[in-house]
Amino acid sequence: MKKEHLIEDPHLEYMELAQNPGSQTAASKQPATQPAAEFKHIGKYTPRIDGKKIVTGTAQFTHDLYVDGMLQAKILRSPHACADLVSIDLSQALSYPGVKAAFKLKEGRIKWAGEQIAAVAAVDEKTAEEALKLIKVEYKVLPHVVSEEKAMEQAAPLIQDQGNVQKSNEYNRGDIEKGFKEADIVFEQTYKTSWEVHQTAETHSSLAKWDGDNLTVWDSTQAVQSVRDGLARALSIPASRVKVIKHYMGGGFGSKLGLNDHTVVAARLARETGRPVKVVLTRQENSYCVGYRPSARMTIKAGVKKDGTLIALHFKNYNCGGIGRGDRCAEPTTDVYKCPNVKVEEYSVFVNTCGSRATRAPGHTQGTFGLEGFMEELAAKLGMDPLELRRKNYSAKEKGDTGNPYSTKGLDQCYKLGAEKIGWLKRNKKPGAGSGKIRTGIGMASQIWPGAGVPGTLADLRIYSDGSVEVECGTQDIGTGTRTHIAVVAADTLGLEPQDISVKIGNSDYPWAPISGGSLTTPSVGPAVRDAALKAAEYLKGLASKKLNTPPADILLENKKLVLKTDPSKAIEIREVVRGLPRPMVFHGERSEHPSTFAFQTFGAHFAEVEVDTETGKIKVKKVVAAHDVGRVINRQTAESQVLGGIIQGLSAGLFEEKIMDAETGTMVNPNLHDYKIATALDIPEIIPIFADVVDDRLNNLGTKGLGEPPRIPSSAAIANAVYNAIGVHVREIPMTPAKVLAALKRKEAKP
Amino acid sequence: MENSRKKKKAVTRRAFLQSLSGGAMGAGVASRVLGKEPRSIQSGPGEMEVFSSKRIALTVNGKKVGFETEPGETLLQVLRDRLRLTGTKRTCNRGECGGCTVLLDGKPVYSCHILAIQAEGKDILTVEGLASGDKLHPVQQAFIDKDGYQCGFCTPGFIMSSVALLNTNKQPSLDEIKAGLAGNLCRCGNYQKIHAAVAAASDAMRSS
Repeated sequence: MKKEHLIEDPHLEYMELAQNPGSQTAASKQPATQPAAEFKHIGKYTPRIDGKKIVTGTAQFTHDLYVDGMLQAKILRSPHACADLVSIDLSQALSYPGVKAAFKLKEGRIKWAGEQIAAVAAVDEKTAEEALKLIKVEYKVLPHVVSEEKAMEQAAPLIQDQGNVQKSNEYNRGDIEKGFKEADIVFEQTYKTSWEVHQTAETHSSLAKWDGDNLTVWDSTQAVQSVRDGLARALSIPASRVKVIKHYMGGGFGSKLGLNDHTVVAARLARETGRPVKVVLTRQENSYCVGYRPSARMTIKAGVKKDGTLIALHFKNYNCGGIGRGDRCAEPTTDVYKCPNVKVEEYSVFVNTCGSRATRAPGHTQGTFGLEGFMEELAAKLGMDPLELRRKNYSAKEKGDTGNPYSTKGLDQCYKLGAEKIGWLKRNKKPGAGSGKIRTGIGMASQIWPGAGVPGTLADLRIYSDGSVEVECGTQDIGTGTRTHIAVVAADTLGLEPQDISVKIGNSDYPWAPISGGSLTTPSVGPAVRDAALKAAEYLKGLASKKLNTPPADILLENKKLVLKTDPSKAIEIREVVRGLPRPMVFHGERSEHPSTFAFQTFGAHFAEVEVDTETGKIKVKKVVAAHDVGRVINRQTAESQVLGGIIQGLSAGLFEEKIMDAETGTMVNPNLHDYKIATALDIPEIIPIFADVVDDRLNNLGTKGLGEPPRIPSSAAIANAVYNAIGVHVREIPMTPAKVLAALKRKEAKP
Repeated sequence: MENSRKKKKAVTRRAFLQSLSGGAMGAGVASRVLGKEPRSIQSGPGEMEVFSSKRIALTVNGKKVGFETEPGETLLQVLRDRLRLTGTKRTCNRGECGGCTVLLDGKPVYSCHILAIQAEGKDILTVEGLASGDKLHPVQQAFIDKDGYQCGFCTPGFIMSSVALLNTNKQPSLDEIKAGLAGNLCRCGNYQKIHAAVAAASDAMRSS
């Protein structure tokens, strides 16, 4: 049978890196397993080594760069969701005082409101803004469609030649029909998620500067290496002539992966004018021009035995990511629970709005909201404890117990730790069992996410002849504390303190490291740094062995010294050992391959406690306990912060966030932080992060996995399930606004 | 496709706008630039005074600084674009997020929401002015100790709001801290640790 053509997933590169990390170079054959040593800093609380810069306002974000002769650019964007561009007249803008250059950026068909039309570079931002208004554009406005339902209708304007609905994913395991026949109970339900905008604190921004044929770009990016490669392609120049730098950035969450269109504009304007050009997007542009999480409408149908054993799962999803494809959301359904018969069908629906973008745990976040809401409702239908239903279908292997065994899996520990901490037994045995105006409830949700890291990641560690140490790595800190993680690993390996390590990152000229996305950074960069530091440690021990007259194996590195294991009084300072070296010694570290016979995933479970006002429909999240298995934790201080942030973003999406489109104009009606509400200090619950600390020695030399995405994944689902436990009816759609809660309560009354 | 040329002849913005003022486009631009009804462009030269830049002096972090400002320029623009005090961040630029919070005579204000000229004669404190030499303000130290940040972009705004809160309430409860910082958004979602930092700073300031 001929296989049906599937459209590409827009975030495939991201997902492939996350799930199936391929080696960038031939990785060194370092031993996969290191002894579980006693670490001084790894796994403990280390304050950020760059904290002082942040709190004094001296950390340099791309927004904060001002260089001599710098021009500011502004971009004219289409006000129409669908139109043909008839003409652009730049003449008045070009003769406006202070304008140095102007370009057309578009020809032909415009497909979303916000598409780049033209750009202006001027002596300052205000002048550029005024000049934009002088650009005369003639559009032939065409019909548009911005709602998924309307786009699926026969009469809808066609967004893509192949149709507004296209298959984006399929997967089959076992025999789904046989599974349903063997089931005691067949249950089906539909869950929806909305368009969630990243809304990074720092809006997207780039500064481009040419020096002859060499281009330097400072960019607010999660991927200096990818932006370098992208710029070289876009400008048809050698990658060797492009350098991308990022010191600090105000959040990314997926919206700053890869090259942005406005960055190319800055580079072109800089080339045209011979002056550095900076572009800073406005909050409005950041709201509707740089992506969002695609929506999902997921129908899940399960065949289950009376004792709760899952024997068939059918996952059908319509995702919507504007003019681009939406996310594949099936993986939680195919992988979290043991199930022999699974069928997946996913379709992308196209509409006239900006293309979506990878958003913290793309696909898994939506898919988990669907699957975990479904499991909670299924448990009620079976009269089972929802946690027991999950344990009943616990899987030791990937692909629902049909693939490779997980190298380690601490989900059971997460269940135990989380359930104890929240007081799982306090929950309503039957959803909605309470009484009164204010109802309380407890719910939970499980999580998986790859987060294994990328073999081939490189890091260089340098020891100078004065004993000082620096690490160079072409990764970037997107706000998670990567500098500190690198320092902790290097310091712990060399008997130093984290502040002793000079960490140089955020420059595409440094040794290769992957994008900071997909929870890849720590399990990619950490092991590469560890590898380099272990090599350096061996070198230092070799030098010291001559001076201490003892074999290297008998020497330890601690307190900035090389110490004889058997007699700590015999010691020599590291700086003494390297004094007089003719040149700095460089040690190349590389992240090793991991075995292909095992599956590697992160796991977690969230437990939420909520109050629901049944008169107003308002939800108050009281407490969230988050238990995560991410292998060995490198820095508990920053790891906890990651968990807090993931939960708050999940809460925010679960209760408030939605990009809302106006059907008439085809534009976003809430492109700001007032109408697009995100969680504030007044909305947050008490949060208790717990780590299962399951070290995965097969995975890498630190036994560590990624943590960026995991805490975001089950957060909205656990809250929605707690609301279900409180009021006895599942809202099934985020954001769970008061109106939707009240509608759900009405649905319950109508169907007693 | 490219259509660009470098400007050769010097034209003042005023002359340029006057040359356009007959057309609707020009009038529209002029009204936005000048903050006036279009017809005022054609009236006497006195009307144009509003367009002229004005020399003002501000007291920022204890130092008096004088500079030219244009009408409509916000305190945030002046701090960042003219004085290069970039610790104060532009996040929403319309009073929604608190990222640009500075203290004006000790009171927290959104610097994107007031004009530079309104700050004349007042003491302006930005995040750059908090530490004394190498010694951090207790609030700054507490943000480091408690990891009260992730990406750090909203941090200067949070720190200024926290300082303002602790100046008026030496020992705030958790609810008072939440209320005091409710005007600042942290997209990374580190509120719990920010609140812990404020509580720790309160302890430190009271015991010193």
